[in-house]
Amino acid sequence: MTSSASSDNQGGKAKPQGEKQPEWANGLRKLYDSVVDEPLPDAFKDLLSKLDSKD
Amino acid sequence: MGAEQRTASEKADFKRELTEVVPHLRAFARGLCGRADMADDLVQETLLKAWAAQDRFQPGTSMRAWTFVILRNAYLTDMRRNRFRGEYDETVAERVLTAPAGQEEPIHLADMHRALLTLPPERREALLLVGAGGFSYEEAANICGCAVGTIKSRVGRARATLNSMLQEGSIPRRSLDDDTAHRAILEELDDVAAGLGVAARS
Repeated sequence: MTSSASSDNQGGKAKPQGEKQPEWANGLRKLYDSVVDEPLPDAFKDLLSKLDSKD
Repeated sequence: MGAEQRTASEKADFKRELTEVVPHLRAFARGLCGRADMADDLVQETLLKAWAAQDRFQPGTSMRAWTFVILRNAYLTDMRRNRFRGEYDETVAERVLTAPAGQEEPIHLADMHRALLTLPPERREALLLVGAGGFSYEEAANICGCAVGTIKSRVGRARATLNSMLQEGSIPRRSLDDDTAHRAILEELDDVAAGLGVAARS
């Protein structure tokens, strides 16, 4: 999964100390990434595989 | 509005891209509505809508941005129907707490999630898009159908609110069963929804 290829400044985890981010900023990202990294529940696989046949 | 027939390979590309974006949809949805089960319902609804609207997707553009618009609209609609009461799912918090993230004060993740859910919806989504999803202000503005300046100010306010909540450790339990709070939220939603048109229609 290419997690965002979009222009953004928080690519790596070690940020240069240019823009001061509050300590929780990284956590916000983690919260999001923790869900992105979850294995996909079967319900989604089922749904996706059914989409084609509904054409 | 390209009504041209898509080739089989374009359809296959669409399917593949849609599949790839599902984890992101789940993450965005969970940030928005705070409950894992409802978030997943929302994602399923989004997938069906996206599939039905696939002729309107322009190949080469961002599938993530396109589907986020759909998800967001579905969320707003459901919110108005009162399906989400913005309930906070403790089990999600527990799970997040024990997630591999645990290097640095993991407790903050749960606090943050709770704090996030107390934000007015338009600020919450702006912060999610930019601060968590990594969208640029321009992309986020497109998704929300509003001006870039509006997104910047929403993100700024959201950050300020979270800053003070998390620093003081005082995260209000915004009771969504409280009528006043609930009405306020619905009014906020009207404003948010007013911006729907732009990005949604294309």
